[in-house]
Amino acid sequence: MDWLNAIVQGTLLGGLYVLFAAGLSLIFGVMRLVNIAHGDLIVLGAYLGLTVTTTVGLHPLAALVIVVPAMGLIGYALQRGLLNQTLGDDLLPPLLVTFGLSVILQNGLLELYTADPQKMDAGALETASVTVGGLTLGVLPLLTFGFAVAVIWGLQWTFYRTGLGRAFRAVSDNQDIAQLMGLNRRHIFGLAMALALAVTAIAGILLGIRTSFDPSIGGGRLIFGFEAVIIGGLGNLWGTLAGGVILGVAQTLGAKIDPGWQILSGHLAFLIILAIRPNGLFPRIAA
Amino acid sequence: MPDPILQMRGLTAHYGDFQALYGIDMHVDPGEVLAIIGANGAGKTTLMRSVTGLLRNGANQIRYRGQDISRLRADQVARRGLAMVPEGRQLFPSLSVKENLMIGAQVGRKGPWDLGAVYRLFPILDERKDQQSISLSGGQQQMVAIGRALMSNPDLLLFDEISLGLAPIVIKDIYAALPGIIKDGMSAIIVEQDIAQALKVSGRVYCLQEGRVSLEGASDKVTREEISRAYFGIA
Repeated sequence: MDWLNAIVQGTLLGGLYVLFAAGLSLIFGVMRLVNIAHGDLIVLGAYLGLTVTTTVGLHPLAALVIVVPAMGLIGYALQRGLLNQTLGDDLLPPLLVTFGLSVILQNGLLELYTADPQKMDAGALETASVTVGGLTLGVLPLLTFGFAVAVIWGLQWTFYRTGLGRAFRAVSDNQDIAQLMGLNRRHIFGLAMALALAVTAIAGILLGIRTSFDPSIGGGRLIFGFEAVIIGGLGNLWGTLAGGVILGVAQTLGAKIDPGWQILSGHLAFLIILAIRPNGLFPRIAA
Repeated sequence: MPDPILQMRGLTAHYGDFQALYGIDMHVDPGEVLAIIGANGAGKTTLMRSVTGLLRNGANQIRYRGQDISRLRADQVARRGLAMVPEGRQLFPSLSVKENLMIGAQVGRKGPWDLGAVYRLFPILDERKDQQSISLSGGQQQMVAIGRALMSNPDLLLFDEISLGLAPIVIKDIYAALPGIIKDGMSAIIVEQDIAQALKVSGRVYCLQEGRVSLEGASDKVTREEISRAYFGIA
């Protein structure tokens, strides 16, 4: 029962990693951009949530209504104003620029909010639990997992069922020809980043309810996100969901053996999968 | 004589330090089918990239319906009614046949061409509409590429090497469909290595050689000698 419990808790923890990873997966899929600042943008989302909850007095989940569109706008502006200029045949400029952005974000947050750990107050939600078949499940982790599945489903639906998704795929396939068909890739990339950061806002707020955070923790979130994306296979959204769950389960199983092994066992699982399947478990195939 | 729909004056194009076009003067009249021929490396593809906005050019070098389009992006040019069937088809591999066609309609121009009209022109595409575009044969892919361009209801349609890499029988089919495509006052530029085919379907012809116009004339008037001189530069 203990082991089953660890697997179930790990799956729910994986939901959070899926939310970390979904935005990364999306922007890599559309524009081959590896965003080193993604973890810090998650933390930015958490701080925006904190500011909204403390100044307006909203519940953190209600703050999503403000933070999600705000992060979307930031994403569009960031892409049009900065990141579009770095895209081309060379992979290095976007890496360097987003690395710089990561440093700027961390230090900017440090100036604004200090290095003190912060946490969002979600009231009874933080400790609420339900018992299912002898297992006690936290309502917040369940909610997080629900968000993760909904986000992946929503992104998948957007990609394969809407005009916007068709434009994303066309631009991803062939930028020049997409441009010939009247699609302005700079605008499309801006929309993709807006969507990615809107998801990041959800990740940031759920992170901020679950644990305390400070401006320096972005790097760790980035690694978990990357690992989930790569385990699942680049550019495959359902794969990202599987990748996040595998990472979460590996961590809780490791912690079950020895509490000090939690993070390490996640990384080990990632390395083993990478060694056996260098392209991830479900490399990109068209749906 | 009506004003030309497309006019190039002193068009130059560069790839870095390399100059590909040296002052091209060319025009397309409304409703006209123009052929552009020339050897590999003569500048035909560069010319197409310039006209469609994939390459930026000097101000006032390209005018479309009297307006300067030389500095516009490709998507802005497309919105004005200029579409291209690119060399090598270049379909979107992760999109189905139908989705490829729908991308063409993204510019939102009204006109006779919609999914139904394209399926009537190429009935095989209706049968294959949910397949991945790259699972089709070369000729069927070319139909998708033509349909995709038509979906934008262009006033001027550019065909870049549409016979390249296709079996002769398929080329015959594609060219047989052309009169059904270029109608309703649409103008077209056909860039072609197959000179006989190009001359047959066009009213006027330009020959390019090393980035310059080496011959201009009515397609039924130019002689074989003139063409080989213009094509190969043999005096």
